Amino acid sequence: MSDVLLKVEGLRKNFGALKVTDNVDLAVEAGEIHALIGPNGAGKTTLIHQLSGNLKSDFGKIFFDGRDISPLSMQNRVHLGLARSFQITSILDGFSVLENVAMAVQARSGSSFRFFRNASREDDINAQASAALARVQLADRAHRRAGSLSHGEKRQLEIAIALATGARLLLLDEPLAGTGHEESAVLVDLMRSLRGSHTLVLIEHDMDAVFSLADHVSVLVYGRVIASGEPAAVRAHPDVRAAYLGEEEIA
Amino acid sequence: MSEAATPSLGPVSSSVIDAPHVRPPLLAQSAPWLIFGLFAAVPLLALATGDSFILVVATRMLIFALAALSLNLIMGYGALVSFGHAAYIGIGAYAVGILSSYGINDLLLQIAAALAASGLFALVTGYLSLRTSGVYFIMITLAFGQMAFFFMVSLSAFGGDDGISLSGRSTLFGADLLRSNLVLFYGVLGVLAAAFLLMRMLVASRFGRVLRGTRDNPTRMRAIGFSPFSFQLTAYVIAGMIAALAGVLLANQVQFVSPAYMTWARSGELIVMVVLGGMGTLLGPIIGATVFILLEDVLAHFSEHWKLGLGLILVLVVLGSRDGMSGLARRLRGGSDV
Repeated sequence: MSDVLLKVEGLRKNFGALKVTDNVDLAVEAGEIHALIGPNGAGKTTLIHQLSGNLKSDFGKIFFDGRDISPLSMQNRVHLGLARSFQITSILDGFSVLENVAMAVQARSGSSFRFFRNASREDDINAQASAALARVQLADRAHRRAGSLSHGEKRQLEIAIALATGARLLLLDEPLAGTGHEESAVLVDLMRSLRGSHTLVLIEHDMDAVFSLADHVSVLVYGRVIASGEPAAVRAHPDVRAAYLGEEEIA
Repeated sequence: MSEAATPSLGPVSSSVIDAPHVRPPLLAQSAPWLIFGLFAAVPLLALATGDSFILVVATRMLIFALAALSLNLIMGYGALVSFGHAAYIGIGAYAVGILSSYGINDLLLQIAAALAASGLFALVTGYLSLRTSGVYFIMITLAFGQMAFFFMVSLSAFGGDDGISLSGRSTLFGADLLRSNLVLFYGVLGVLAAAFLLMRMLVASRFGRVLRGTRDNPTRMRAIGFSPFSFQLTAYVIAGMIAALAGVLLANQVQFVSPAYMTWARSGELIVMVVLGGMGTLLGPIIGATVFILLEDVLAHFSEHWKLGLGLILVLVVLGSRDGMSGLARRLRGGSDV
């Protein structure tokens, strides 16, 4: 079909004797929404940590756009176009919503060793930040204190921050966690609107959202990928039914 | 008057960015003028009362305000609690003492030497200290501060434990301007005002924004592509150099240089000044240092156990407001304590 943007080969991570990531292979195509599902403790978040560079892998390689990024730090992976969000909301509560996003624009807009000009008055940066906010429907919240946003808005803000880094690939760790029904509908629409322009790797427990969004689903159980493919095929896969979807579906 | 305090939660004009988000602009508007204006009027008070000691105390306030201001850059805006900051005051003071013992009395040369020595010391110790964080950072800066202290104690060529008495104050282009306490006072006030403006600019700049962001959430900053270390190290060096400038001024005021300036108790006092006035606020350290020196002077009149009273006041201020006295003032004036 199209090009593979992210390729993972034989990735491993052990915490002591526990194999948290056990020989994972993945291929994420450019422009697709790739969902990672699996029961609690399957190692999904650890895998995101490894992909984003927050956690070093024990073995294996990660290729981004054909380049081996395994040895790179999280900062350097961001510069290449791979950004992430966090399972537990991680924003700068004390800054304005706009500044949270402007900070990410600033990170890729020349040197930040500039000591004199007021950063919050850099129109070019603010314009790009505003554009990212508009894309996640938060334009009217720009001057609010980020900590005062509702939970769902904070999740939207996190996606705006990831977009503002200029990333081509977003690693989203349970973007719907803790959101209410309406909030989650906004976020699902938002993610759908990113299909094509961005590549999304998504961890999510909300199966309705996963199967309505994803082009490709990989199932992780005990650190292993037990199935990977189109949603319908994965849903029908006997191992997946047994290990994960099974109880619900049969019941 | 407190119009500016109302947080703009209502609809905002789409493109105009009005509030540089450092702190709510309540105090930031009028308070600096008030404080610097009051200080500028102190010589009149000295003249009116005929008590020239007032000028001496006020100069001391300004010098420690400068040192506290520098500590606040790393502690208040970077969450880097240095317990060895007094070492930089000592380095600045010794730059004056050592050079003048070789007959070099020119203020600008002494300042250049102080900045170079403190910058180098901060670069090396900061490079090592910033590999740690939290309590370990406090401990390692304490250790470096004490190393500097004991180094000067054992350096008998320059007085060792006894320090160096200076024969006079520094000269500026050969002129003995600073001999007058009044000139020294206004000189120090000018330096503090310049440092205040510099600090205000730094904190709002790109650099300052990264520093503040890292203080609040280093993981988030890495996740958008920043490497905090070099920003923190730069702030650490700037803070050290400004503290050394305070040391140059202190040596000039008291015309005496000793390792006692560098003890960890001195570093602790600087931390107290910053916390007392309000960490991470621009004016806080100036207010904190002023109040600290005032209490030191006033309470010491009543009892030699004056630090007990200071402790009590510190407890009350910290319990009363997280932002120290400047936060307290904001609350008393009815502003929001966000």
